[in-house]
This record gives sequence, C-alpha cells and structure tokens, in this order.
Amino acid sequence: MKYILMMNTMKAGHDVPNWPKKDFQAHIGFMMSVNKELHGRGELVSAEGLSFPDQAKLVRAGKDGKPVTDGIFPESKEFLAGFWIIDVDSPQRAYEIAATVSAAPGPGGAPLNMPIEVRPVMSGPPPEML
Amino acid sequence: MTNQWDSTSEHLLRGLAPQVLGAVARRFRDFSSAEDAVQEAMIAAFTQWPQQGVPENPRGWLIQVASRRMTDQMRSEIARRERETAVAAETENLTSLLQVEADMDPDDTLILLFMCCHPALSPSSAIALTLRAVGGLTTAEIANAFLVPEATMAQRISRAKQTIKTSGVPFRLPSPHERAGRLPAVLHVLYLIFSEGYTSSVGSHLQRFDLACEAIRLTRNTKTLIPDNPEIAGLLALMLLTDARRAARTGRDEELIPLDKQDRTLWDRSEISEGIELLAAALSKGSVGLYQIQAAIAAVHDEAESVEDTDWPQILALYELLKRVAPSPMITLNLAIAAAMVHGPAKGLELLRALDRDPRIAGHYRLDAVRAHLFEKMGDYEAAIQHYRIAAARTTSMPERNYLLTQAARLAGD
Repeated sequence: MKYILMMNTMKAGHDVPNWPKKDFQAHIGFMMSVNKELHGRGELVSAEGLSFPDQAKLVRAGKDGKPVTDGIFPESKEFLAGFWIIDVDSPQRAYEIAATVSAAPGPGGAPLNMPIEVRPVMSGPPPEML
Repeated sequence: MTNQWDSTSEHLLRGLAPQVLGAVARRFRDFSSAEDAVQEAMIAAFTQWPQQGVPENPRGWLIQVASRRMTDQMRSEIARRERETAVAAETENLTSLLQVEADMDPDDTLILLFMCCHPALSPSSAIALTLRAVGGLTTAEIANAFLVPEATMAQRISRAKQTIKTSGVPFRLPSPHERAGRLPAVLHVLYLIFSEGYTSSVGSHLQRFDLACEAIRLTRNTKTLIPDNPEIAGLLALMLLTDARRAARTGRDEELIPLDKQDRTLWDRSEISEGIELLAAALSKGSVGLYQIQAAIAAVHDEAESVEDTDWPQILALYELLKRVAPSPMITLNLAIAAAMVHGPAKGLELLRALDRDPRIAGHYRLDAVRAHLFEKMGDYEAAIQHYRIAAARTTSMPERNYLLTQAARLAGD
C-alpha cells in the first residue's frame, strides 16, 4: 500500500529557518537518517523537499489557453514543505513513519511535532470480486 | 555451440533460476549470497544470450557464472579477513563446479518456494523474494511491476533474506507434516502475486511485467512438483478462470467493466476449459478447500451465456459452503449479492445489515458499493446514489472510484 506523507509547515517564522547552526544541522541529519532508514527497509518510493513559498506561483489557463501566473501568497498560513511517498504493509506503519518525521528536531533540539498529512495513494483496479 | 534465442528461451531461463540457485546455495551453504550471485548470472544471461545465443548447457552456464561470483566474493572476503583457516575451509568449497551440478536436487524449486513464503516474512517481502528467487525475475522487473524504485526493491529483498537467515531455516525440504501446515502460506503468496497483477496496473502497461501470468506460471510449476494436492489445482483453476475474463474487464479508456456488463465473447475459452478440467479433477479427490470452491464459483460464471443465464442458486450454495470453510466478512458480502440474485434485493440488504456491526468490514467501500447496487435493483435510486458516492469517497482504487462515480451520475440523470 502506498501512502503520501505531506509535511505542512506553519509559514510564520519558517520561511527561511533562522535557527542556530547546530540545531539546523541536527534537523537535516535527522531527515537524512529517516530517508536512509526507509530506503533500507525497502519502503521508500520517493522523498522530495519543496522550495520555499517565495518560489510558488499559481497558474491558470487564460482564455487563449496560455498560462496566467499569480502569486506569491504571503498571507497563506501553511505551506507544503516536502513529502514522502512510501510503500508499506499497513496504514499503522504509515502513521508510525509520519509520527517519526513529525517529531523532527527543531530549535534547541526540541521536537517540532509538525502536522503530517497521511493519505493513501490510489491504486489500480481491485481483484475481480464474484 | 549455442542455440538461437527465441520466444521459449526466456521461459527456459526463468525456469532454471530456482534449480541453479538450489545447487549453488547448497554447495556454498549460503542462501543469501547465492541468491545475489544467481541474480547476477540471470542478468548476464538476459544480456548475453539474446545476442550470442543460448549456450548448449544453459544450466551449467548459469551455475558457472553464479559460482564464479561466489568465489570472487569469497576471495575478497577472505582477503579482508586474512584468516588462513578460513582460506583452507573455503577453497575446499571451490573445488569442483561439475560436482555442483551433480548436487542438483529435484526438490530445489520446492525448497525455495517454502523458504521464500516463510511465515516470518511480511506479504510484500515474501512476494518480492519469491518472484526473484523462484520466478527468476530481475529486481528491475519486480520493482517495475510494483511501481517502486529498483533500489527500494533490492533493499526489500535483501531484508527479507536477512529475516530468513535470522529465523535459522535450514536449506532443506520441510517434513511432509510441516509442509502441509505451511502450504496455505505458499498458496496465499501465489494468490497475492496473481491479484497484484490487477491491483497495481495503474501506469505504463507496456513496461510492466505481467504478474498475473507469472503467478499462473509459478502455480503451474508448483502443481507439477506437488501433483496430488487438490488445493494447488484449485488455485491454478481459480487463476485461469479469472484471468480468462481479463480482456473483457476493462474498456478502451481502462475503465472497469463489471461482470454483468462484460462482452463474454472476449473471454478466453481455452483458459476456461483448462480451468474447468483442472477443477473437475481436483474436486473428484474429495478434499474440498477454499481455492476449489472459489474456482467453482468462477466456473459457474464463466459457463453462463449472460448474467440472467447464470446459475445463481448454485453460486449461493457455493458461497454458503465457502462461509463454512473459511468464514470472512468479504465472503458474507458476496453471499449477499448471490442471495439478492436468487431471493431479491431485499434479502441481500438484510444480510448486509449484519456486516455493519463487524469492525473488519464496517466502513469498507465495498459494503457501500454492494448496498448501492442492491438499492438500485430495488428502485430506490436516491439511496443508491448516496451509497455509490460514499463508496467512491472510501475506495483507494482509481478505476473503482471512477466506476462508482459514473454509476451515481447515471442514476442522478443526465
């Protein structure tokens, strides 16, 4: 079963982290070790970090079908900082991984307890039921 | 001397994989490294044989290449450890490759099958390892079939082997008693490989290895190795009788076509007759199990000209039997559908109410999907639309969601 874990970060104060170097390095190290662990267990499909919101644009098709871009949106409270796609044996395992990344260390090494949104990735057709 | 690589060569090569692995693992007394070495030999064969031809003795060729990998690996290992005693012991292992081939055991494929379907493994690990060690698939093919990166699949396989190593299973055939106890787990893994062939079929079809075909091939081999077991024959029959409907099961845009709307002329007649023949022979042995009953249900559907022609009382009786043999809420759900076909939708809906209290299925999308279908049959379109929509929100299958939303939209009127 595949799941996406979406790491949403509160925007205020997080645009560009302004943490002591040691804490920032601990945070990065933690994320790397999580990815390594997931890979080692054969559970990692992909993990991506996303750019900060100052690169974000909203695009719609104009009347001529050409892109119309809008943004940036400083007023939005949260943004998607990154995501994992994992392939695991149970939803419980997906929640367990989500809790691990939620508790990534922040300033002073305290767990951030970020909200991680977990959703199943849609699969193909089910086996034919009779 | 070599032979031309042709359409049968790939089949031959995959069939040799477990035999070669058995011989190498026994000789070097290291299943995990032998499995890696055989995988490398398989990749070498897949690369070289199509161009250079199939060697005169393909099995000997594979054993030779795999053994060379093993000895290379051992030499570097020995060099690393620099232990004279180890050198003496290990070089003795390298003496005769001919001996390796003489060591072949006809039961090797079976030994490996039981080993890879070890109860200590999670289903996904057992599936991956079985496909590689017994099926002779490459890691890339397996990764592709499950739509995960190759490196991830490689890790999953090596972890599975670690689990087996830790559990200390000896490399030998389990005793007949133990085999009987573990056979259901083996059959379950084969069945899961078969149904994965359907569930993960989102994505590029062209590049994906056909898991349903592979499951049929492996089950066919298993039946050859254990010819008298009626449940193995039942499982093979079930796979064939289900696979026979494959071409009719999806439309042009990959949309799901349910059984009652399928163009039955597209069903594969040869798979159906083979399945029915296998099933008849299995049933005559008098020990009826889970797979034989499911195959019997599939056969009743496959033999009918249309939904109306289907012998629903017989299907209902088979589900009642299945419920006694292997009770599960999913079987009760299917029983409700059959009961609705025989006694009317109200009867079906009544049976479904009992499932609302069962935590294993309450809230499952299929319960709502079946309910929607039965409400529709009763003419209660409002309730049907509501349940189709609830089911659509709960399913994690994309084609199923599209199907359910289409049903709701159809009833809501254009």
